[in-house]
Amino acid sequence: MSEKNFEPRIIGFLCNWCTYTAADTAGVSRMEQPANVDVIRVMCTGRIEPSFILKAFAEGADGVIVSGCHPPGDCHYTNGNFKTFRRMPLVEALLAQFGIEKGRFHWGWISGAEAPKWAQLARDFTEQVRSLGPLDWSRQLASKED
Amino acid sequence: MAPQPKLKLALYWAASCGGCEIAMVELREKLLVVDEVAEILFWPVAVDVKYKDVEAMPDKNIDVCLFNGAVRTSENEHLAHLMRKKSKVLVAFGSCATEGCIPGLANLYDRQSIFDYVYLESPSVDNPGKVVPQTAYQMPEGEIRIPKFYNTVKTLGQTVDVDYFLPGCPPQPHQIWAVIEAILGGKLPPKGSVVGANEKTVCEECKHTRQEKKIKKFYRIYEMIPDSTQCLLDQGIICAGPATRGGCGSLCTKVDIPCRGCYGPPPHVVDQGAALLSAVASVVDAETEEEAARIVGEIPDPVGTFYRFGLPSSLLHRAQLKKKTA
Repeated sequence: MSEKNFEPRIIGFLCNWCTYTAADTAGVSRMEQPANVDVIRVMCTGRIEPSFILKAFAEGADGVIVSGCHPPGDCHYTNGNFKTFRRMPLVEALLAQFGIEKGRFHWGWISGAEAPKWAQLARDFTEQVRSLGPLDWSRQLASKED
Repeated sequence: MAPQPKLKLALYWAASCGGCEIAMVELREKLLVVDEVAEILFWPVAVDVKYKDVEAMPDKNIDVCLFNGAVRTSENEHLAHLMRKKSKVLVAFGSCATEGCIPGLANLYDRQSIFDYVYLESPSVDNPGKVVPQTAYQMPEGEIRIPKFYNTVKTLGQTVDVDYFLPGCPPQPHQIWAVIEAILGGKLPPKGSVVGANEKTVCEECKHTRQEKKIKKFYRIYEMIPDSTQCLLDQGIICAGPATRGGCGSLCTKVDIPCRGCYGPPPHVVDQGAALLSAVASVVDAETEEEAARIVGEIPDPVGTFYRFGLPSSLLHRAQLKKKTA
């Protein structure tokens, strides 16, 4: 894809109980949002292994969103989101060392009642990633070495 | 009965430190047994056989080649292809050949930035002529060439087809011996197997007891003297045990030094660093996002810590290369 008509491919790992519900509501309420975010529903953000995020980038994602229930009290499983907020700062540090721009990864909280917030995030994040351009990670190893 | 023909063995070192050769010597008196049952056709560190002698061999002439070292230069790559061609069985021997190891950490940089630092910027360098390696140089006597230094360190398996992987930095002598015995007895597992290691993690072999404690601070090993009975991770020392294949006999934790992860990921773990990151984050005692960010933020160099031995074989392989301006 040329940089001109670049459409970012974004993977969103959303927790079933909060952000997925918000995204679903945003959809049925016909809120305006781009089609660039491919949503993968997980039962809890605490279920998201860091390798999911790395695999997404390695296999062609230009951006990744992780979003779940507000801590401390919203988690359906009491403390799944605690696991998330312990892991994600390290994932951020890891991605920075890998040279993946900060704007390509977002993690945070959107409750089931915050559909407009989801639609806003999907719009803003897509534009942010669009301005960063394609990541195209496969080129890191694909080229005949020079 | 006619004597059995000797096993034709070759050993090679690519981008490695020489520790794998030391591990072979650590077989001690068993090395004499190896010499008895095997004919060593090629082993640059010990036998004077030139590349051209190997090139002159018929294909598949070597029964087993133990190849250590990562693929860093065009010479490493050439020898990887050559040894593959000349060997019936090619074994990635040691962590560098298996997963990239310490040389692979240079995948956080590229050739230009490595050359700039090593030959020009490092405080201990005195290079007024600003000489950096060239692949070819014209001398009065003719052109001389050195191998090309690549941007990216690759594992042996990313370069050629590999039959077996023998991990470890270096592989432990008893494990090497077990593999040699398996080769001699014709008892090799299916192609692609990891040999000379266990199926479970280092934690399974570790003497320290896990109590699922949570910690408020991570310590580096010089900052505390750990308790010899409790899990090191429980004490706030980053230990790669939970994300590392066992087989070494938990050598490091036996003396209260944390596992560094040299045997690579256990089976079914895709990315050792990501698995270790999860394990490390799980011991953090934080009730708020700010506190969690502060505690894990104190871990220096996450990639170097979590991917110390496996950056080239990880999901991302390397740090992002600058895009070419075409």
